Amino acid sequence: MSIAIEKDKCVGCGLCTEACPGNLLKLWEGKAHIRDVRDCWGCTACVKECPRQAIYYYLAADLGGSGGRLYAQNNEREIKWQMLWPDGSSDEIVTVKQEANKY
Amino acid sequence: MKVRNEQSDILIIGGGAAGCYAALTLGEEYPGLDVLLADKANIKRSGCLAAGVNALNAYITPGHTPQDYADYAKEDAAGIVREDLLLSMSEGLNEVTAKLEKLGLVIQKNPDGSYASRGWRNIKINGENIKPILAKAVQDKANVKVLNHINIVDYLVEDGRVRGAWGIDLAKEEAVIISAGAVICATGGAAGLYQPNHPGTSRHKMWYSPFNTGAGYAMGLRAGAEMTTFEMRFIALRCKGTIAPTGTIAQGVGAPQVNSRGEKYQDKYGNTTAERLWAVVKENLAGHGPCYLGTKGITLEQAAALERAYLNMAPAQTLFWRESGLNPRDYDVEIEGSEPYVVGGHTASGYWIGNDRSTTLPGLFAAGDVAGGCPQKYVTGSFVEGEIAARAAAAFARQAGKSGIDAEVQENIIKQVETFMEGSSEGNYTVESLEEAMQQAMDEYAGGIKSHYGYSESSLRIARKHIERLTKLSDKLRAADFYGLLKIFELRERLLVCKALIAHLAARQETRWHAFGEHLDYPERREEYQLFINSRLEQGEVKIIRRPLVESESKEAVG
Repeated sequence: MSIAIEKDKCVGCGLCTEACPGNLLKLWEGKAHIRDVRDCWGCTACVKECPRQAIYYYLAADLGGSGGRLYAQNNEREIKWQMLWPDGSSDEIVTVKQEANKY
Repeated sequence: MKVRNEQSDILIIGGGAAGCYAALTLGEEYPGLDVLLADKANIKRSGCLAAGVNALNAYITPGHTPQDYADYAKEDAAGIVREDLLLSMSEGLNEVTAKLEKLGLVIQKNPDGSYASRGWRNIKINGENIKPILAKAVQDKANVKVLNHINIVDYLVEDGRVRGAWGIDLAKEEAVIISAGAVICATGGAAGLYQPNHPGTSRHKMWYSPFNTGAGYAMGLRAGAEMTTFEMRFIALRCKGTIAPTGTIAQGVGAPQVNSRGEKYQDKYGNTTAERLWAVVKENLAGHGPCYLGTKGITLEQAAALERAYLNMAPAQTLFWRESGLNPRDYDVEIEGSEPYVVGGHTASGYWIGNDRSTTLPGLFAAGDVAGGCPQKYVTGSFVEGEIAARAAAAFARQAGKSGIDAEVQENIIKQVETFMEGSSEGNYTVESLEEAMQQAMDEYAGGIKSHYGYSESSLRIARKHIERLTKLSDKLRAADFYGLLKIFELRERLLVCKALIAHLAARQETRWHAFGEHLDYPERREEYQLFINSRLEQGEVKIIRRPLVESESKEAVG
């Protein structure tokens, strides 16, 4: 269960290192870096914090993952959750912040 | 090594639900008091609510009373609760909920303006941003200073009174010593004691926050505080693999538990929190597994609403449905039990406290998952406890005034930290290998997943020896930086909590709650265990104290 950082997109702003509840992210040579992918809880705080969508969340193989990536575009009104699949296709689910969960 | 001193009227340790609400209360009601809130990460996303929360599970809906909630929690815990604590918590639930709504939490409403309930004691929200909302409200308080990335290691104790705490600043790489008139402990419960569902790559894909390492319990034990009911462990019934919540599915679309034959089995086992989990264990052992939540046949709209709901609290589940092909319309959702935790927000484990949330140590108050006797408090109950503890701590601090830091105390702290940073680890042992060994020993001998949560006097004896050995080995660990230091301190906290937990499991010679406390030598409930098992650390040993369920019956311990 973990996140991955796309170094080419990372601008080294450090917002993710501030947000991680496990102090797992740090800046190293100007880019965000995760100390150990096995220590990630999967809360996606960093995914939602990143202004460049440079961090995605994925399911490890032991959790049923098959190469999908979950990105989040977070603004004041909503979160656009983008799922990118290995075949290049993608899906999007929008959660609106002013809407309570139905269940 | 650099050392920084801080001083305040009140120090709050831990900025999760309870700690943040305590800070809010002090900010609003006691603007003349200086408050420091120290958190090991950043309060914007730290603690259990990092990913969000899908519902408020403790709320008094119309037609019900706080007494109803207290009665329900008492029955669910088979009587081992403090009714005074449950009632004072329940009485505050609706007020703190209204406050959160005012701060910006989105709560679903009925056409008449009342909150939409999910059952008789919970309401529907959008809790994805509950922590950012709380954090912002705390930061707006003029008399509250937030210290992020400070991991508190131990209390400062003088003549039995708690006068502050010290820790390590992970960002600045320096020791921090904080003196305070009163201290509120809100560090949460303990995860990572037992081998988790996925010990490998996804070792931290667990129910409770893996960063809640039992610091508050360990600090309290070391300082001589009395603890209660560690043996009522919490084990979560979760979606297989992702360890995502099941309530959203069970209550949301009304999905029953079914076994591999499609039989609804729950009625055979009872319907308390522990029994719902136990039912799965027993069905699996009988060869009727896997067990599922029967979702097959739900509508497209229902499935889409479930996907959105999980993105707001446990995104793994939505990704899993899309990626594995096991979507909830065509496949029932498989469920499994997690590893056990010690967590006072769900069960009754934690500090032994008074109704004002004062601990047995003067100057120290406890709230939220670290506080005992008051199960099923969840998020809103933790807010209420934060509020109660804040008021009591304020009254105490006004009397006590500020205190200074003794030079000798400071020297001892520096020595302690420097010892763990001198040279490199001797031998072949690392924090990681000792943590794995601890989790394995607890799993096999203290009732983990592998032993279907059961343990015996004989197996607990072995567990005790392993924990003793690992604790000794942990003395020799060395860290290269402050993050490494954090890992050493966390491991040592967990080892101490394990030691106390084993003593508690051994002391309750009955099985009061299946799975949560499954004593194989005593598989039934026993009348003489209608009491609290409490403990205190004395000269390094766990001393068990038995107390009656209602304190007014006797001021003295039972024995």
